[in-house]
Amino acid sequence: MFNDTSWDWDIGRRLIADTDEWKDRFEWIEEPYVSPDGEKIAAIIRNEDAEFSVCENGTTWENTFDKIWRLRFCPDNRLTGLVSDMGEWTVAVDGAAWENRYEFMWDPRISPDGMNIAAAAQKGMRCLPVVNDVPWETDFLSMTNLTQGQDGKNVAAVVQTIQVSEGDIFKFQEGCYSLAVDGKVWDRNFVNVWNIGFSQDGTQVAAEVRTSLYDYTIAVNGVPWNETFNSVWKPQFNPEDGSVTAPVRIGGTWTLARNGIPIWDRKFVQLWHHIYSPDGKKLAAIVAPEFGQWTVAVDGKPWHRIFGDLVTDAVFSPDGNRVACIGKTDGAWKIAVDGIAWNESFDMVWQPVFSPDSRHLAAKTEKNGSFAVYVDGQPLKESFGALWNPAFSPDGEKILVRGIGNGADKGKYWRHVISLNDIAS
Amino acid sequence: MAGPASESNKGTIDEGIEKGAEKLEPDRIEQVINNVLKNETGARLKVYVDTCVHCGLCSEGCHYYLSHDNDPRFSPAGKVKQTMWEILDKKGKVSPEFIKRASEIASTECNLCRRCAMYCPFGIDIAYIISVVRRICHLLGVTPLYIQDTAHSHSATLNQMWVKDNEWIDTLMWQEEEAQEEMPSLRIPLEKEGAEVFYSVIAPEPKFRAQLIYQTAVIMNVAGIDWTMPATPGWDNSDMCMYTGDLEMMGRLKKEHFETAMRLKAKKIVMGECGHAFRSVYDTGNRWLGWKMPPLPMVHAIEFYYELLRQGKIKIAGKYETPVTFHDPCNIVRGRGLHEMGRYVTEEICNELIEMHPNREHNYCCCAGGGVVNCGPPFKMKRIDGNRVKAEQLFAAKARGAKTIIAPCHNCHSGLEDIVQHYGLNMEIKFLGDIIYETMEKPE
Amino acid sequence: MHGIYNFVSGPLVWVSFILFIGGSLYRLISMAKLANEKDQTVYAYMDFHYAFRSIFHWIIPFGAENMRKHPVMTLVTFAFHISLLGVPLFLCAHIILVKEAYDISWWFLSDSLADAMTLIVIASCVFFAVRRRVLPEVRFLTSPSDFIIIAIVAAPFITGFWTYHQWIGYRIVGILHILSGEIMLVAIPFTRLSHAFFFPFTRGYMGSEFGAVRHAKDW
Repeated sequence: MFNDTSWDWDIGRRLIADTDEWKDRFEWIEEPYVSPDGEKIAAIIRNEDAEFSVCENGTTWENTFDKIWRLRFCPDNRLTGLVSDMGEWTVAVDGAAWENRYEFMWDPRISPDGMNIAAAAQKGMRCLPVVNDVPWETDFLSMTNLTQGQDGKNVAAVVQTIQVSEGDIFKFQEGCYSLAVDGKVWDRNFVNVWNIGFSQDGTQVAAEVRTSLYDYTIAVNGVPWNETFNSVWKPQFNPEDGSVTAPVRIGGTWTLARNGIPIWDRKFVQLWHHIYSPDGKKLAAIVAPEFGQWTVAVDGKPWHRIFGDLVTDAVFSPDGNRVACIGKTDGAWKIAVDGIAWNESFDMVWQPVFSPDSRHLAAKTEKNGSFAVYVDGQPLKESFGALWNPAFSPDGEKILVRGIGNGADKGKYWRHVISLNDIAS
Repeated sequence: MAGPASESNKGTIDEGIEKGAEKLEPDRIEQVINNVLKNETGARLKVYVDTCVHCGLCSEGCHYYLSHDNDPRFSPAGKVKQTMWEILDKKGKVSPEFIKRASEIASTECNLCRRCAMYCPFGIDIAYIISVVRRICHLLGVTPLYIQDTAHSHSATLNQMWVKDNEWIDTLMWQEEEAQEEMPSLRIPLEKEGAEVFYSVIAPEPKFRAQLIYQTAVIMNVAGIDWTMPATPGWDNSDMCMYTGDLEMMGRLKKEHFETAMRLKAKKIVMGECGHAFRSVYDTGNRWLGWKMPPLPMVHAIEFYYELLRQGKIKIAGKYETPVTFHDPCNIVRGRGLHEMGRYVTEEICNELIEMHPNREHNYCCCAGGGVVNCGPPFKMKRIDGNRVKAEQLFAAKARGAKTIIAPCHNCHSGLEDIVQHYGLNMEIKFLGDIIYETMEKPE
Repeated sequence: MHGIYNFVSGPLVWVSFILFIGGSLYRLISMAKLANEKDQTVYAYMDFHYAFRSIFHWIIPFGAENMRKHPVMTLVTFAFHISLLGVPLFLCAHIILVKEAYDISWWFLSDSLADAMTLIVIASCVFFAVRRRVLPEVRFLTSPSDFIIIAIVAAPFITGFWTYHQWIGYRIVGILHILSGEIMLVAIPFTRLSHAFFFPFTRGYMGSEFGAVRHAKDW
């Protein structure tokens, strides 16, 4: 989490903006976004002259653009968007555009501390990553899977290294793709390269690769594991010892492998999105022990609680002792933690958030068009017309709720800090 | 009319099949086949093969058979005999020549349309058996070139048409701008988290038929739908890997599609008028991943239009006047029972619906589906000769007054266009969305 | 000859029933186990309501489109299967044998009706054999084993008819009748005659897929 001790944690409710007023001011206004600290709300607008700008807390950016898209707040509360002017694209941060311009930009990535921004850019018929307004010196025929390391300074992407004309299936199968890290391409080509994982320090990179149409494995810094599999999913580095793990498919079932060797003795119909506890001591993954039955397995042991439709967004508590996730059965969305689902079902739920002391769990939920924050399975009193994910204070005693009101409060964006003690009472 | 059956059955030269087979060794064939039989198939295949009493009653289920003057080589069981029975009889000890022929039969003489399953008294899933043959051919590297290239595109770009990530977004912005000329407030919301509807398409839409995205955008905006489209891979719901037998890639594609919708927190996925993609997201791909049903509700365009019209979210200003006939696409009729909803929508937007016969679940396939059209020009005449019966069916509907064919599926469009042109039917082919866009009330 | 008769009507009956029942159970159980290992979807999607809906349409004469397209074949098939099951189970002579041995009996067919039904089975087998020779789409699929299966099915009926009418050599033919009946029983689990007990599963599974998942009919 970004340094959030500096945020205003005084208990109470504060009106930040009335977004309904904005609707009268602008003929075009898009959905709003809210800063992590809750102090700012912003939306892309278009004025009478058909110029795009951003309205933030009621004030528009000084600059206007031909087009703005992908407006998002950084974790450090700066506001970014992809902007175009005179047919050229760049990134704008708090209204100020980067110097370098491109024919197109997309796929912006922001590091968890908000300090580093990367995006994909197109120049001529070539593609390249741009990191903090600095383009790579090398560009590529095509580029996908732009990925940042933990601190966002290191960037990798899947790149096409050899031109293949459409229809040349045999050349394609020889391998025309590779991975580039900070501008340097791996020595080896692959048939395909997909999802990328960075080590904690950003110096090591692993990725899913296919070495022939049939052989999948994980390549670490360009060197594939000795073992190949029917298929693989995204690799992760152990934050403690730097080893690489990935879900692998062997003979029609899935298990988890470390450096090519299976480490879980159980087999699953599906196993993906494995996550490490912050200390690297525990591993959890979303699994299907049987066809059509989904749950979370921690260190290879699945929960008893099964969901029929799906499980997603698993997350470890900061102390590594708890795991929460989203599950759905027969269309009813639920939050589950440590194998026990909250009673309430929802029309939609967002990834739950643990308190820093790991004792509490909060989530944004939606039911019948109305949004509410739930903490430990209980709803906060207020419901909203729009809501953003809740955040706990660093001491874990308060919760920040950011939402646009309902009813009489319709359109009004409030920033609300609530004491957890008040909820309990 | 088409030439005699033998012409299209001489064996077409396809580089993918020919060159692929050159590398084959008998040992490898045997090993790959037995690996598939042992590890990837089980009771279904065994029971199907043991239960088939060779009665031939499935024959009339197949449009290839009917179109080739009842040539038994084109009957469903006839195709299984020439492929899987032989493979099982010889326990995988078959020649490269055999594999070439098996690949051609499985990839280009069967649309996996499942009509024969309704004609077999035992309900034997012949499409499944043919899919296993395709799987074997994929693992042996003997697949028609064009569809293999498409499978490669899927693997490299996660879409069917080599569309680059930026080209996709650019197309959406371009269509948004175009449509704003007509409807200034129109928006194609990209990456809007929490939208009610995640709208996904197949890659030929941005590549060749961008006006379909335009039309959808107009329909969505007029109906006031809270919708979004992603600016990342996962926007393409199509899937030729399902048809080549590259099931691992099929799984990867479906994972990306569903997880993109899940990332955007959409409540349901609405997809354009495509049949094979529906099969892939509703039936085949989700299963490979372990999802019994799609993890998010999967709504085909027909069902979506049906809801919009029933709820009065779009209103028809003046019905389409030309008499129409309705072609039931296999993958959403036998695959999802949308035939009555399709007729409801048609009757809401058109003056006169003239049924073709047979229809609904019994309609003849367009002969383009199942990846056959994706096998490209080498097999075009095979498709056209293999579906003379479709031309006859359409001629009969035309004789009763139908002038426009509604085909709510991309592959059906391609297939029917070739049929219409070759057999001189002189009929127009439209999507439901084309007619809705044309006839709906739009704000001034 | 008496010894042979005693053998085929005694121990061989037991052997054939054991092989028939045991073999059928073995086939069903082993397939169920295999499906559990390799085709988990079969269990996941099997739906009794839709399975029966489909089976129902396919066990009613002319209940499916394809049956209406082939009226003669439909009539023959239904008459054949009804007679094939009805005659051995409800033949007076068979029931008397059971009554003598175990003192159990049940309703039986009149001899003249049973005679007619026997002829239906024999005629149907001739029809099937001719069909295999004459219709190109069936001929293409036909192998010698298909004729052997027809012969296995026809044999007990031909010999039974012969014996009942006490034509020349009927004592030997009577023995052949018992023997051929036993051969047919044993053949059921181990040949394509196993369609007899796999039918509800294949049809039911397709019915479940079409009905519960795909919301369509499959007849």
